[in-house]
Amino acid sequence: MPHLSINKSWSFILLFCCLFVLPAKANSSAKSGNFLSDKAERQKTEGHNTTPAESSNHNETDAASKTSGHNDAASESEAAVHGESSDEEGLQPGKVIMDHVVDHYSWHITTIGDTHVSIPLPVILYSKERGFFFFWSSKFHHGEHAYKRFKIAEEGTNKGNIVELDEEGDIKGRPLDLSITKTVAGVFVSIGLLLGIFIPVARIYKSRTKKPPKGLQSMMEPLILFVRDEIARPSIGEKHHERFTPFLLSVFFFILFNNLLGLIPIFPAGANTTGNITVTMALALFTFFMTQISGSKHYWKEIFNPPSVPWWLKLPLPLVPLIEFMGMFIRPFTLMIRLFANISAGHIVVLGFFMLIFIFGDMSPIAGYGVSVFSILFTVFLTLLEILVAFIQAYVFTILSALYFGMAVGEVE
Amino acid sequence: MELIRPDFGLLFWMLISFGIVLLILRALAWRPILNAIKEREKTIQDRLDVARKAKKELAEIEFGNERIIALAKTERANMLKEAQETRRQIIEEARQEAREEANKIMEDTNRKIEARKKEAEQQIRDQIAGLSVEVAEKVLKEKLSDDQKQKDYIKSLVDEITIN
Repeated sequence: MPHLSINKSWSFILLFCCLFVLPAKANSSAKSGNFLSDKAERQKTEGHNTTPAESSNHNETDAASKTSGHNDAASESEAAVHGESSDEEGLQPGKVIMDHVVDHYSWHITTIGDTHVSIPLPVILYSKERGFFFFWSSKFHHGEHAYKRFKIAEEGTNKGNIVELDEEGDIKGRPLDLSITKTVAGVFVSIGLLLGIFIPVARIYKSRTKKPPKGLQSMMEPLILFVRDEIARPSIGEKHHERFTPFLLSVFFFILFNNLLGLIPIFPAGANTTGNITVTMALALFTFFMTQISGSKHYWKEIFNPPSVPWWLKLPLPLVPLIEFMGMFIRPFTLMIRLFANISAGHIVVLGFFMLIFIFGDMSPIAGYGVSVFSILFTVFLTLLEILVAFIQAYVFTILSALYFGMAVGEVE
Repeated sequence: MELIRPDFGLLFWMLISFGIVLLILRALAWRPILNAIKEREKTIQDRLDVARKAKKELAEIEFGNERIIALAKTERANMLKEAQETRRQIIEEARQEAREEANKIMEDTNRKIEARKKEAEQQIRDQIAGLSVEVAEKVLKEKLSDDQKQKDYIKSLVDEITIN
């Protein structure tokens, strides 16, 4: 299989990248950890029984004090996303990077001075006592305000999530949260793109039957044929592949579009969708359920009573069946982790190189400008690499799904 | 929000939206596209098959033509050979005939000549005989004019006979 060898060589490069990422990531998480504890201490000293109104007031004064000083590039950086910022502790690269990678309730675009430019997104909540709530995320004023006794938690296990407050303003717990977050919106954008590209392409196909492809059609056809002839057909087998090809095509293009959109930094692209574990989890769940539903008799026999395995591995203690049964869940689990880890790691590395500019800029502006040249060069290189990774990961997810389907229908061993 | 903690709301939206997208794309995009591609591939395959078949047939026809031409050529060669043979034969025959005719004429002529010769010989002989009788008469008349001479002559004749 020639594809595998290509894949292998690139996985070495990825591994190489990971060697860079891991220390950086550990470093940053350590820093953000420090920051968290620092902040907690600070809040303790300031008194922990402040009402929400007071706390937001404090935030405003905090923001006001920020305008006076600290007007270099670092303040413009999105370190200021969550109002409470790096005034005392300085720049927190780890926090900034994580802020970019995780989900948010509003789609932040930029911060100019102290004005946050962001697109509000709908918040949909269900509280057990109070019922449904629909409002725009702008009501939270970038997490600075509570609204209708809901608030974006600033710390703890629910940090970044909406929590419900009781009458005294203490955190009561999480409501059922069906908000259209940035990631959901990003998924909608890519879905819109998917539908907006492939339905017209299908129409071209219908109108130009038995003619050579043209325009957008000829751009997409190689990829469609690639999925059908190089992924579905060899992995699932001649007999059953047609049943799964539509799913594989959808998954391939969904992941590919999301990966590529994630590399574009400006709205409406730029949401970290395939680098979000929930998104990859949903995709893996689809693969998992499709595998189990289409599992043949042979497939289930392979799991619970595999032939060609000696009986003592099955009878008193069903060791092999147990392993096979676990494998059923581990396979989609690895799909989920692989895609998530590859894409988010890519984003973290790119952001890490960008943060170098601000880290050095914090020391002296000249150093910042000097480093920016190398940072941008590296970021360009990494972005090119990420484009490749976008294709590879879409391919890997699709071919592994196809292999699992192939195992389930039991034509290819 | 945490990096590695799945979020229920997001999962909910993702499952619903992606599920709907799967159905929509399958019905409105992939089915038509895949069918069209398949149909086109089939058409191309059919055309190729037809072309291959036509080529094969053409080759067969060409081969047939060649065979016919070769056959015609050998036939022509045969005919030429035959004609040549015939010509040779005819000439030979004609020659033979001519020779025979010539021989016959020759024989005829020879026979005639022979006959003439014999006739002439006969005539000559007759004439000679006549002449000799005349001469003999004359000689005898002269010789036997006297008795002595008659006697001598008869004696010589008798001598001759006895010697013989």
